[in-house]
Amino acid sequence: MAKSRRELSSLVLEHQYNPQVEVVPREEAKKILRSLRAKIWQIPWIRASDPLARVVGARPGDLLRLRRRSPMAEVVETYRFVVPA
Amino acid sequence: MTVQFGVARAQPEVPLKSIHRIRFGILSPDAIRNMSVMEVTTSQIYDEAGLPVRGGLMDRRLGVVEPGARCETCDNTHDACPGHFGHIELVKPVIHVEFAKYIFDILRSTCPHCGRIMLRNDEISRYRERLERLSAKWKLLADNLVEKIKKRASERSTCPHCGMKRNKVKLERPYDFYEETENGALVKIDPEVVRERLERVPNEDLRLLGFDPTIARPEWAVLTVLPVPPPHVRPSIQLETGIRSEDDLTHKLIDIMRINEKLKIELEGGAPISVVESIWSLLQYHIATYFNNELPNVSIAKHRSGRPLKGLAQRLKGKEGRFRGSLSGKRVDFSARTVISPDPNLSINEVGVPIDVAKVLTYPERVNEWNVDRLRQLVMNGPETWPGANYVITPEGRRMDLRYVRDRKSLVDRIGPGWVVERHLQDGDVVLFNRQPSLHRMSIMAHVVKVLPGRTFRLHLAVCPPYNADFDGDEMNLHVPQNEEARAEARLLMLVQEHIVSPRYGGPIIGARQDFIIGAYLLTRKDTLLDREMVAYLLGAAREVGDIEEPAIMHPAELWTGKQVMSMLLPRDFTWVQPTAFRSTCADPATCLEDEYLVILNGFMASGVLDKKSIGAEQVDSLWHRIARDYPAGVARKWLDSALRVFLRYLDLVGYTIGIDSFDLPPEAYEEINGIIGRGEERARKYMDEYLAKTLQPDPGYTVEETLENRMAIELSKVREDATRVVEKHIDKRSEAYIMAKTGARGSLINLVQISGVLGQQTIRGERIKRGYRLRTLPHFEFSDIIGPEAGGFVKGNFKGGLGPVEYFFHAAAGRDGLIDTAVRTAQSGYMQRRLVNALQDVYVAYDGTVRFSNDAIVQFKYSDDFTDVSRSDHGKPVNIDQVIARVRQRG
Repeated sequence: MAKSRRELSSLVLEHQYNPQVEVVPREEAKKILRSLRAKIWQIPWIRASDPLARVVGARPGDLLRLRRRSPMAEVVETYRFVVPA
Repeated sequence: MTVQFGVARAQPEVPLKSIHRIRFGILSPDAIRNMSVMEVTTSQIYDEAGLPVRGGLMDRRLGVVEPGARCETCDNTHDACPGHFGHIELVKPVIHVEFAKYIFDILRSTCPHCGRIMLRNDEISRYRERLERLSAKWKLLADNLVEKIKKRASERSTCPHCGMKRNKVKLERPYDFYEETENGALVKIDPEVVRERLERVPNEDLRLLGFDPTIARPEWAVLTVLPVPPPHVRPSIQLETGIRSEDDLTHKLIDIMRINEKLKIELEGGAPISVVESIWSLLQYHIATYFNNELPNVSIAKHRSGRPLKGLAQRLKGKEGRFRGSLSGKRVDFSARTVISPDPNLSINEVGVPIDVAKVLTYPERVNEWNVDRLRQLVMNGPETWPGANYVITPEGRRMDLRYVRDRKSLVDRIGPGWVVERHLQDGDVVLFNRQPSLHRMSIMAHVVKVLPGRTFRLHLAVCPPYNADFDGDEMNLHVPQNEEARAEARLLMLVQEHIVSPRYGGPIIGARQDFIIGAYLLTRKDTLLDREMVAYLLGAAREVGDIEEPAIMHPAELWTGKQVMSMLLPRDFTWVQPTAFRSTCADPATCLEDEYLVILNGFMASGVLDKKSIGAEQVDSLWHRIARDYPAGVARKWLDSALRVFLRYLDLVGYTIGIDSFDLPPEAYEEINGIIGRGEERARKYMDEYLAKTLQPDPGYTVEETLENRMAIELSKVREDATRVVEKHIDKRSEAYIMAKTGARGSLINLVQISGVLGQQTIRGERIKRGYRLRTLPHFEFSDIIGPEAGGFVKGNFKGGLGPVEYFFHAAAGRDGLIDTAVRTAQSGYMQRRLVNALQDVYVAYDGTVRFSNDAIVQFKYSDDFTDVSRSDHGKPVNIDQVIARVRQRG
């Protein structure tokens, strides 16, 4: 049984190892892609059905920004491209 | 610039083209007939005279492989004729085994009556639109969608287009199709029917199922015509006896032809269906095994001798197959392989090459006015004397073999700028040196050649760790770069000194080991005092040092300490403090008088001793690590070369040997150890009694038996721990064995305990010994459900005192288990490594610091999250703050 959004956020978002997620606005996404010199499909993919994507209500085509801790750098920003299903 | 070696051969005009892309499809029957130069019509190959039969499998129209004959298609001789395909017209169609899965996919998702995909029109248009959108850029997603479409279509049983019901299709591997009727019976669908059904599927529906009908119509996967490869692909071999032996593929094709002919006769003779079907299925079998002779559920086609025949798939597959064996694994020229042996007098950058090898490997040196005299002399020396030369190449590109030049003198006079001399390998040449398995980049490094007498490659002991080499018979390979660019690249990027710091953990992988460490320890010990002659001798071994400093003791004789010798080697501006392996009571390096801390101030070794922790290989935050990191590679390498030579020379002078007395313990030590063993056993037996009395409380998550086993294991391993403490306390601290263990040169305290204390618990697969006879591990013990300490492999004896028979047996069993374990582990990790490398070989760090695949897809947005190249780092950290602060402070 699929969990509701609220249940998911409590399960997923609050886990200590879980990165902070947000949907990047379209305009900013374009800028980021330009600075990375990458086409959007070259960004690592995440499925729209992934709990992490569902929690922020991401739709296919969106770009997600993740912030997480890293043993090497304090906090790292990475991106995920949302693909269907 | 174009450089041509060898004689340019006249080539026919071949237009130069570059490959734009490669597309895989299925050959259509028309395509097969079009590319065919002839139809094979008979299973005969040679007539009575031994000449190829026309229309046979060795027909001259297919091309010629034997010298002298001419191809009837292109009129070329064997070296120019490329070979031409023929074809066999199959009397009845057969399934192409390797395509059976795809045929099954189509049969499952289409209607057998009208041939349409089993989807409603609205579904079709929806999926078609989505597929078109995705297949432009999103190959992966398009594949996913196709899978979904197939699943959807195969779930329906009534066709939305013609309204007919259909039966479920089943594939019996590898190539038989069945239909399940309403009453559950399985009815075979023969390839002819399969083909008819596939033909009915319209092109547009095929696209939804992931087929591109322009290059792969599904009915082409059911063979009606079989291409026959030319004899170049399946050459026959003439034995000395004159008997001809045919290739496996030819044998298989003969089988196919025979059955095909037989089927034709039976069909024309109007044979009963059962007969036709059995011959037909035989044809199917032969054609399937022709493609792949390792099919599941199909008996392997054998040669007359009983040897399995090689199918087409077997030629390509696996380690010895075309891809891994012939294309990726080419053999190379200008390489040598022989046994390796050690030579501590070489530089770590060098490799000792036997003269016999140096006379075979060559480097093509271009003659100019500065080297002409030298190269003339080499040519004069010829191929037999080292240093000489094996070939000369004239400015016209003619290559002359000096073995067959009678008058070398006159040749030598003609040599001038524009000529090339392939001279012997000489001191100073750069070569690549490699030991398999090549698991990391340090497995292939560049070395500088030093030609030496003998038959083995010589290398410095300090470079054993990166190659993981020892000298118990290991062999290594050597390759000679053949132009200046390659040499420069090897020298600048691959030279051993550039690989001292490992990219694995940011520490030195090359460094002192074993004898070097003992030598260094003995030299820097407090009681080492050397006279002028000795100091001069040691510094001579170092080769490049300055003046001798003032002796530490002036009277009654001039004497220097070992630390002074070390100081004279160290760089003037070097400061470093670290604890030694002997650290115990001192807390502050500045006040410690017991040599427990290594203190070096501005190149002056103030206190401490050298040991594995300070100069050893694979030690991070050590004296050697600092030198390797803070000085240029060349300086660090020279320092290591000199220092290691000095250490070994000193060890040579004082000598080092261990005897049985190294392991002597006083009687009271044995009393203590026996007491520990007795008490340990007693405690173990107490648990056994508790278990038998059923009063043992199980630990959470364990059964009572497991609890008992755990407790016993803990008690018995405690015995060895306690014994270790006793041995450490009582053993002679000056004994050679103890020094070896303590400095880290070889062995450990555990080894000492095993030799003079107790050997301890023996294990098989990480557990106490429990296998053997019914209810007991050996016949020496009583029947019991539980295993006592002795029966479980606990060895009370030690190597010095000897083991009891039972102890000896358990020790041997555990030893063998360990050997098997290592063998299994290396095989497993080797395969894992292969998979990993294959998956990740295209990943690279781009200039913008992102990690990308070959299609520039991003794997990581910032390499290692902080841009750090570990091999240029300080144990993974980009800067060592403590080091920086210390340096600033010191400068004041």
